Amino acid sequence: MAVSTHPSGLPSAEEILEPSPGAKMRRRALRHIGFTLGGGVFLAIVLMALLAPWIAPHDPLAQDLTNRLVPPVWHEKGSWENPLGTDHFGRDYLSRIMYGARISLLIGIAAMLISGVIGTTLGVMAGYFGGRVDMVITFIITTRLAMPVILIALAVVALIGSSLQIVIMVLGFLIWDRFAVVMRSATQQVRNLEYVAAAKAAGCSTLRIVLTEIMPNIVNSLIVVATVEVAHAIILEAALSFLGLGVQPPLPSWGLMISEGKGMMFFQPWVIAIPGTALFLLILSVNMLGDGIRDVTAPENRN
Amino acid sequence: MLAYALKRFGVSILVAITVSVVTFTLLRLSGDPAVAMAGEGATESDVQYVRQHYGFDRPLVVQYGAWAARAVQGNFGESYYLKQPVAQILLERLPVTMTLGALALMFALALSIPLGVLAAIRPNSLIDRVALTLAVVGQALPSFFFALVLILFLGVQWRLLPISGSDSWLNFIMPAIALGYYATPAFMRLTRAGMLDVLASDYIRTARAKGLRPPVVLFKHALRNAIIPVVSLAAVQLGFMLGGSIVIETIFSLNGVGKLAWQSIQRSDFEMMQAIVLVVACLYIVLTYVADLLNAWLDPRIRVG
Repeated sequence: MAVSTHPSGLPSAEEILEPSPGAKMRRRALRHIGFTLGGGVFLAIVLMALLAPWIAPHDPLAQDLTNRLVPPVWHEKGSWENPLGTDHFGRDYLSRIMYGARISLLIGIAAMLISGVIGTTLGVMAGYFGGRVDMVITFIITTRLAMPVILIALAVVALIGSSLQIVIMVLGFLIWDRFAVVMRSATQQVRNLEYVAAAKAAGCSTLRIVLTEIMPNIVNSLIVVATVEVAHAIILEAALSFLGLGVQPPLPSWGLMISEGKGMMFFQPWVIAIPGTALFLLILSVNMLGDGIRDVTAPENRN
Repeated sequence: MLAYALKRFGVSILVAITVSVVTFTLLRLSGDPAVAMAGEGATESDVQYVRQHYGFDRPLVVQYGAWAARAVQGNFGESYYLKQPVAQILLERLPVTMTLGALALMFALALSIPLGVLAAIRPNSLIDRVALTLAVVGQALPSFFFALVLILFLGVQWRLLPISGSDSWLNFIMPAIALGYYATPAFMRLTRAGMLDVLASDYIRTARAKGLRPPVVLFKHALRNAIIPVVSLAAVQLGFMLGGSIVIETIFSLNGVGKLAWQSIQRSDFEMMQAIVLVVACLYIVLTYVADLLNAWLDPRIRVG
């Protein structure tokens, strides 16, 4: 409710005409180039992943050894039969890219959700309770930061044996640190505000205060961290798959496609350029979307 | 200051111990070293023999105790694959990775500080926008892909640099770029934000009012103060780079700790893996410790609060 400043006690004309905060935010969002562009590209990739079984021209796993390493359509030897060419087994590259988007998105989002639950729980607890709880959780975060992520992920995945689920679990349990750090300081900022004190005075339980008073006020930073971590998990999955210890063949993970194309890149550079560009566009769009959400929800925090 | 330094030192030791416990448990729970060491085609009795011979049948706590007792004396056991003491191999490989890390950090700072300063002198100008765009684009490029692009152009197309091995300093240039560029956006943003803050402060206005020449104001008065947070971030980033060197060293076949780690993972060389994770973690802990002390020394509010 806007407080009226007009002497009559009624809202003035400007106040009535003033758009609501929600409408202002939507307007800011549409004018924000990074948000619209990043969001648009991200949406396109998500749609491509969801619709892959219907729009992919070929089976991504079907080999055709008579049709190997066909260049993409813009190349003089390319054809529309395989718009992005084929790999060394004659598998259609466009179809593999489309199905590969599913793997990147699935791993990115699932690992983000796991790490988000762990990190947010720890961070909110540390920020809300402070004192000893904060000390212990801060120690856990420091310890986690000291552990080299890629090294440990590679070692564990190699020992257990790699599969989609294992990669998701390992990444999820390793990359919660940023969630914890950001949620801790965000909670510290709101825990002493008046409405939290009011809820305490009204006799609300701690769980209820955290869920209904704290969480809604830190959800913006939560969303921003979530986008960063989706991008982070996607890069890590690609790196693991590139080293041969992530998603296993014949699945069309983009990191794996780059790894498989590595040996041919000197003569057929597009073999690595196409999955590399796909990976780059996906990460770029997620990052731009995240930066956009930060600017749009908290314009005063820019720079 | 001393009290702060001692307290942080104690915490650092605790962190190092915790990391070693977690890594030990994680590695042992993920796989059976006896099976890996017995090799393919080993019978159950072979595995059983290896298990007893190396003591893998003892409780995990006892095994960790034995390992830790040796590790504090600098004895990390023997690599079952290379048949050499782990500590000796590590000492041979560490200089390569340290050189790579130092070069990568130098590259990142040499690129990002000038860009950050230029962007801060003229906020929202063309150069500011170009620098920010570069940062966003750079952050989205996975380092292993960027490394391959470098090999393709600098190594093969234009034949400027060697693409693998670690024989000369030329071998370090591409890996250092591939490892370092990823840290540049963070350095650049921090330099830019720091410079913007400092340039708006009173003492800069005074310096300008005194009639000092702009370059003197900029470099002697402003940059010196704006660079403090960058220095501590640099220590942390160097720690991350040492951990991330596994990908880059593998691609460029650079004979450092990273490549050793990858080989050890493939050979299921437990003793080696355990020691590498601990050494990389300890380097990170030392670097952050130094950064914390540096910060506390420069900013008394931290050590008192």
